[in-house]
Amino acid sequence: MPRSYLKSALAAGVVTGLMSLGAATSAQAEDLTLCWAAWDPANALVALSKDFEAKSGHKMSFEFVPWPNFADRMLNELNSGGKLCDLMIGDSQWIGGAAENGQYVKLNAFFDKEGIKMGDFIPATVTGYSEWPKGTPNYWALPAFGDVVGWSYRKDWFSRPELQAEFKQKYGHDLAVPKTFEELKHIAEFFQGRMIDGKTVYGAAIYTERGSEGITMGAMDVLYSYGFEYQNPDKPYELDGYVNSDKSVKGLEFYKELYNCCAPPGSSDAYMSENIDAYKSGQVALQMNFAFTWPGINADPNVGGDKSGYFPNPAGPDGKQFAQLGGQGISVVAVSEKQDAALEYIKWFAQPDVQAKWWQLGGYSALRAVVEDPGFAKSQPYAQTFLDSMAIVKDFWAEPSYASLLQASQKRFHNYVIAGQGTAKEALDGLVDDWKTIFEDEGKY
Amino acid sequence: MLDSSADRAVGETSPVVSKRSQGLSDRAIAWLFVAPSIFLLLAVNIFPLIWTVRLSFTNFRVNRPNAEVQFVGLKNYISVLTDGDIWQTMQATAHFLIWTIVLQVLIGFALAYLINKKFRGNDLWTTVIVLPMMLSPAVVGNFWTFLYQPQIGLFNYAVGYLTGTDPSAFSMIGDVSLAPWAIVIVDTWMWTPFVMLICLAGLRSIPSSIYEAAECDRASKWRQFWTITIPMVLPFLMLAVLFRGIENFKMFDLVVQLTGGGPGSITELTSINLKREAFEKWRTGYASAYAVILFVTVFGLASIYVKALNKVKQR
Repeated sequence: MPRSYLKSALAAGVVTGLMSLGAATSAQAEDLTLCWAAWDPANALVALSKDFEAKSGHKMSFEFVPWPNFADRMLNELNSGGKLCDLMIGDSQWIGGAAENGQYVKLNAFFDKEGIKMGDFIPATVTGYSEWPKGTPNYWALPAFGDVVGWSYRKDWFSRPELQAEFKQKYGHDLAVPKTFEELKHIAEFFQGRMIDGKTVYGAAIYTERGSEGITMGAMDVLYSYGFEYQNPDKPYELDGYVNSDKSVKGLEFYKELYNCCAPPGSSDAYMSENIDAYKSGQVALQMNFAFTWPGINADPNVGGDKSGYFPNPAGPDGKQFAQLGGQGISVVAVSEKQDAALEYIKWFAQPDVQAKWWQLGGYSALRAVVEDPGFAKSQPYAQTFLDSMAIVKDFWAEPSYASLLQASQKRFHNYVIAGQGTAKEALDGLVDDWKTIFEDEGKY
Repeated sequence: MLDSSADRAVGETSPVVSKRSQGLSDRAIAWLFVAPSIFLLLAVNIFPLIWTVRLSFTNFRVNRPNAEVQFVGLKNYISVLTDGDIWQTMQATAHFLIWTIVLQVLIGFALAYLINKKFRGNDLWTTVIVLPMMLSPAVVGNFWTFLYQPQIGLFNYAVGYLTGTDPSAFSMIGDVSLAPWAIVIVDTWMWTPFVMLICLAGLRSIPSSIYEAAECDRASKWRQFWTITIPMVLPFLMLAVLFRGIENFKMFDLVVQLTGGGPGSITELTSINLKREAFEKWRTGYASAYAVILFVTVFGLASIYVKALNKVKQR
């Protein structure tokens, strides 16, 4: 063999070897797609995930959908067996349907293998985001983002001596963080239509949205604290006398009164973003919203820093105090062909140092090691309120039929609270009928 | 020369091709040309329609892939037709349909009548008037929510300015009595130009000789309008009503952006309600029955209407 041929053959061999090595490497490095809602925490997750990319060699792609269309879009994806998402940070209420229909991968074996313990996470988030059936150790997600409805308020307005004096004279208690919903209404009434710094301001921005889940998430905050129960605690799916109890009726009436007296004009279809806008533009004294909004408020040049304060849902007339759970868990989509890499992401995400960084970037970690750290409560002005709120959470149905259950409450609540049709009793009686029909279809009776 | 070249070309064609060409009849060639279109029509329109009809007799839910699908007979149809909420959405749709058509025909015809007159800037005004219909319904819905905003909305400001009421005292899309009119106003604003264009085509198709003859007979303008203009434009008007009727029966995007069907369910049109049943509650079988009922309704009404239209055209 001539020398030149030998050289060529050697070179070809080296190139072929390198190419096959490259092919082997790229077979291991996957392009993972994570699906979530389009909101501030999603941007924080993109930043956080760069560490995962650097460490694992996998590439992360993201599919973020705005909240009003998030459930429609992603449930369509899951139901149609679409392979867009490898990882899904799905809403807490999806867990029942996703588990029963085999859309999420069950994670128990994986958690056991990797030493991930659910006891390391805030209990409410484990129940809310991971378990199905509820209260059983069957896990379909890792708690990814703790969230809860709470309130932000204009601390700078509250601290004005002339307003404090006027308020005290009118209502007999201090203009301060409300302890009960009745006090909250006093504050909202006090600010409604008031001129502050030459501008007309209003009382409270609350959830009233009709299309997706808004008014249910808002009304439930009040209903829980007034004594609403989803069902007989001793007899599941028995709704009469719990959903439509006298206390529930009073709670719904209160929510309507709050809307009528104290919401800014034109807020008949307001949810998270509308309330943020109302608050940041200086229109309202109080804002009902999920905790994810608080880092943005704190950093806002108009209302941030010392100008705003945060408080958990106040108590109802009997002293009961609950808040609507938000937040999501991260799951592996069952039809994904990259499950190993997706599980690798979850393993990485569950690490305490990653969770600590997640909190620093604006993501609400559900890991107890992070939130129970002595410095956590003072790490941000809203951190203590987040902890207090997470201790009093309740969640909507997470049944496979949750979408139908939610649409029924959306319709009944909006018809009564916003459209002013019928009474609170009729709305809740109607809701019981709707929910019973759905559960009958499900074979629950 | 040409003939001989052609003969040579035929002579040089391979025997297989030649045989195939000779074997295809005109009818077969025609079928060959229309086959792709027919296939596409079957795949995209007819098959889903048949499949929908099939699903409408089952309890199928697309979000329950593991559940057993059962034949339920006419249960879904009976449920749809006896559901009070669906009749409420039908009423909302009827209100929207009737008022948008009435207003669009009246205003559209009036605008066409004016534009048909020769005046300076005629073309410019025509362009300005047709601008709204060139916009996306989602965009229109979105910016009208701002126009209707009680605190900053131009609409509320204008009404307040003209009537002396406080602009923030009323909410067009948040008030039960105003919301149905809010969607009528926006749809009328957006689609009146379409009706105007159709009417304009009708007006311009009337030969001027007819008016000249009427002038000779000393017919008044009023008489000319009722005996010449209206009868000759009527088929065009009816066509506009048909188009707008079908479009507004399935109206979705504009209203979803504007009111989301609220407040309560006051502006929840059938298409919005159907979408909620199919893609939010995932009651696929039920929603299929609902869709079939709507299809039959629209198809039936449109067929009757087209027959009436043909009769008017033949007169």
